[in-house]
Amino acid sequence: MILETLSTILLISGAFFSLTGAIGLFKFPDFFTRVHAASVTDSIATILIISGLILRTDFDLVAIKLLFILVFLLLTSPTASHALAKSARHGGLLTLAEIRDTQNKDNG
Amino acid sequence: MAELIDLVLLGMLAITALRIIFLKDLFAVVMLFGIYSFLSALIFVNLDAVDVAFTEAAVGAGIATVLMLGTLALTGRKEKANSHTALLPLLVVIVTGAALIYGTLDMPPFGDPENPANQHVAPRYIEESPQEVGLPNMVTSVLASYRAFDTLGETAVVFAAAIGVLSLLGLPKQSQATIESGLKSHLVLRVVAKLIIPLILVFALYVQFHGDYGPGGGFQAGVIAAAAIILYALVFGLPLATQVIQPKLLKILASMGVLIYAATGVAGLFFGGNFLDYNVLASDPVAGQHIGIIVIEFGIGVTVFAAILSIFYGFASQAERANIQ
Repeated sequence: MILETLSTILLISGAFFSLTGAIGLFKFPDFFTRVHAASVTDSIATILIISGLILRTDFDLVAIKLLFILVFLLLTSPTASHALAKSARHGGLLTLAEIRDTQNKDNG
Repeated sequence: MAELIDLVLLGMLAITALRIIFLKDLFAVVMLFGIYSFLSALIFVNLDAVDVAFTEAAVGAGIATVLMLGTLALTGRKEKANSHTALLPLLVVIVTGAALIYGTLDMPPFGDPENPANQHVAPRYIEESPQEVGLPNMVTSVLASYRAFDTLGETAVVFAAAIGVLSLLGLPKQSQATIESGLKSHLVLRVVAKLIIPLILVFALYVQFHGDYGPGGGFQAGVIAAAAIILYALVFGLPLATQVIQPKLLKILASMGVLIYAATGVAGLFFGGNFLDYNVLASDPVAGQHIGIIVIEFGIGVTVFAAILSIFYGFASQAERANIQ
């Protein structure tokens, strides 16, 4: 019973973070903030949802498999976000603050 | 509830397809194709067809995306503007679509167990395969034993596709190792790739040999193993990858897989059964089925791995050549 409540809380908060990530992906102004929003979905939402699912198993082989999936996703998704952001940086994309700075310099 | 999920997924599928048609940026189109494959995989999971979903996710979303990106590296990412009017094609599409919809009116009701498709051989497979083949995963029994001849054809198709692509693009020469390529500056990527490539390969082996008991089998395993090497090539550069898995070896492996499969069939003939009849491979028919299925799944895995990887090598070496010039 306690496990079920805990798992429901974890699943709902995971769904909440997925949703905020998706909204942020559409609403945020530039590339880097969007990557940040998307990586929220990748990291915290994955942890919450998969832990919630593990609590609903009988702690058998299925739980171990879910744990493997969690470890794999925790290795790969932040790496993907990092690679995206770093490639954008290498490609010469500036953050909003840097764009503002250069504009201020040009004006002043 | 299941219907609701199906409806939402099908709706998202339709939206994705429409976006694919109207977008001019081919890079975004490739990404949408990946989403389309994942959505189809979800629909297959909802239909309890986990084996198909697995293949769709691995091939459609994984490898197809990589190969299409490889093509984009050669062709450029913008679609050419269309100059002629689309009236005649539109007319053709409308007439064909109307005819197809008219044709569906005579179809038996969706999902009815009394449908001819569910009455033909499926009941026999479901009732007899636990005794005849003895595998928990019935999909593998049908694919690798009852329908082994069809699957041999599929494996040959994969092999033929690889031959077709290679005869157009050609494999890279192995001696290009002096050229610097790969993502030298991405330290995090390199470390993580080093960490997960062995894990991917182990998972591929698990999928390969666990296909009798759960979803999986040669096709998925071959694709996953190829994905591991493709990841290696992307992060550490094609020249290094061609040193690890040599293009010459791939040619041999691709044909070896089909040969192993067909030879299992011939072995059946040799022991006095029919072509691809595994019952005669061991003294006990069920044990014979086990041996036969493991061997042909291995053949499928080897061919798919070699075919996918050599197609990737073909595209990647062309792109690399284009970069150098």
